[in-house]
Amino acid sequence: MSDVLLRVENLAKHFGGIRATDDLSLDVRSGELHALIGPNGAGKTTLISQLIGEMQPDSGTIRMNGIVINTLSTPQRVARGLARTFQITELLREETALANVALAIQARQGHSFRFFADARRERDLLDPAMAILRNAGLEHRARIHVAALSHGEHKQLELAIALATEPKLLLLDEPMAGLGAVESQDMTMILKALKGRITMLLVEHDMQAVFALADRISVLVYGQVIATGTSAEIQANTDVRTAYLGEGNS
Amino acid sequence: MDETCDIASPVKRRRAALLVAVLAALLILPFATQALGYGSLTSFATRIVITAIAASSLNLILGYGGMISFGHAAFYGVGGYVVGILYAHARSGEAIWGLMPGTSDLAVTLPLGLLVCGLLALLLGAISLRTSGVQFIMITLAFAQMIYFLFVSLKAYGGDDGLSVRRRNEFFGLDVRDDTRFYFLSLGLALLWFGFMARLVNSRFGLVLRGIRQSERRMAVIGISTYRYKLAAYVIAGMGAGLSGALMTNYARFVSPDMLHWVQSGELMIMVILGGVGTLLGPAIGAVVLLSLESVLAAYTEHWQVILGPFLVLVILFWRGGINGLISRLTGARCE
Repeated sequence: MSDVLLRVENLAKHFGGIRATDDLSLDVRSGELHALIGPNGAGKTTLISQLIGEMQPDSGTIRMNGIVINTLSTPQRVARGLARTFQITELLREETALANVALAIQARQGHSFRFFADARRERDLLDPAMAILRNAGLEHRARIHVAALSHGEHKQLELAIALATEPKLLLLDEPMAGLGAVESQDMTMILKALKGRITMLLVEHDMQAVFALADRISVLVYGQVIATGTSAEIQANTDVRTAYLGEGNS
Repeated sequence: MDETCDIASPVKRRRAALLVAVLAALLILPFATQALGYGSLTSFATRIVITAIAASSLNLILGYGGMISFGHAAFYGVGGYVVGILYAHARSGEAIWGLMPGTSDLAVTLPLGLLVCGLLALLLGAISLRTSGVQFIMITLAFAQMIYFLFVSLKAYGGDDGLSVRRRNEFFGLDVRDDTRFYFLSLGLALLWFGFMARLVNSRFGLVLRGIRQSERRMAVIGISTYRYKLAAYVIAGMGAGLSGALMTNYARFVSPDMLHWVQSGELMIMVILGGVGTLLGPAIGAVVLLSLESVLAAYTEHWQVILGPFLVLVILFWRGGINGLISRLTGARCE
């Protein structure tokens, strides 16, 4: 359990005068569900974007299994087992839910320089895609176009697509955001079922979900990790209470 | 993938029947028009068939891939010039750069046109596709205009005046100078091209291309390096336009820098939008409608664009999906 899968050291990213990521260091251990919490603007999404390679840090290193991955492109990082979901969903809106997942499976299988066979009917894309949708509870919605799905279903589909890439480390950017109470619980159950099989870094504002799921929690404030520990440790930490949980003088 | 779009559904059957009817009409067209005394229509139909290939090739990158290229005439014109230049050398007997003799056999000029346009698209695409959005539109336009001015200044090949091709190319020694034979040759190549497109857009490659149009960001995070797929599509599209241009030079027995001009790029774009962006047959429909309107309206007034312009605006405003979208709605549903 204790070997480190992802090690971030002294990461920094500035936007003009704002330090979105400020000398940030963080370890994610193999197999754990590591939650990242912090107030709005703490730099959580910016961190995820740098981890997946959509943004380049100004300085610092990101290691996966000890290998520096800073210079790799996003697709190269995905090939090495990184995946992310988006807070504001980023789906192929004109396609069906099934086609969205099937495309991720296609990408996983290698290059797509095949010009003749009808990929919409390929069993070795559709069958695994269907299995993933079944696990995500979206089986009955598989052939519905994304534009016609609900917000909650979009969130589930985001997760299903990420899982189709067979990640070793899954970066989840607020998977519960905008969900109702029931949907939120469903999502918590789905993530709980994944725990142990896939290492996860979970950015989330829903504290109930975080405390229910996380093995460890890191607290991010102004681009820096101010504390890391178990749920109990974080809840007891006075710095955290001051900076984030809003119980300044109690 | 909807239920209504199954092979057996009435909608799909109706569309298939329509397609078969159009194909049959295309096959008997030269004989029917001759019998009815409108023989010149065969020549006009040839022009449409050839232009449809170019419009369809633009649609691959513009409609399916979301790459708004405003320089597609570059490949159309260069394909035309390959035929023109080879013919000029065949007549003069001088070898090109002292290396290769000229020829007027389509079996050589067509593949060579495809090859040259493919390589040109690889070069221009490799640079242009580093940009996106408005920058991409401007850089493709700039490259095409550079090539336009290059050929304007090439006095050896006619400069502004262009090159005449006195006699159409042969095809493996077969005489295709006759209008009917050339029509069938063009139609055959167009059917091959559209058949290839029909397979391509639903292949693994095609699905990636459609995905890129909808969200490049999504494609990257499922592990797809979008650049190489965009470049491959750009090369295929360039070759399609080259094929069309090579045929057009044979058809018109003439090639000039006009084929390379940005107005030509714009016309191809209008055909794609008019017919239906991102649909298989939309560009063909667009070619039929635009060229027909052009020749009918031009008979009334030389300012025919004044009528075409508002028509185009109406189509864009009220017929989403162009004329192809309208036909789909009339036959029942969208099944593409």
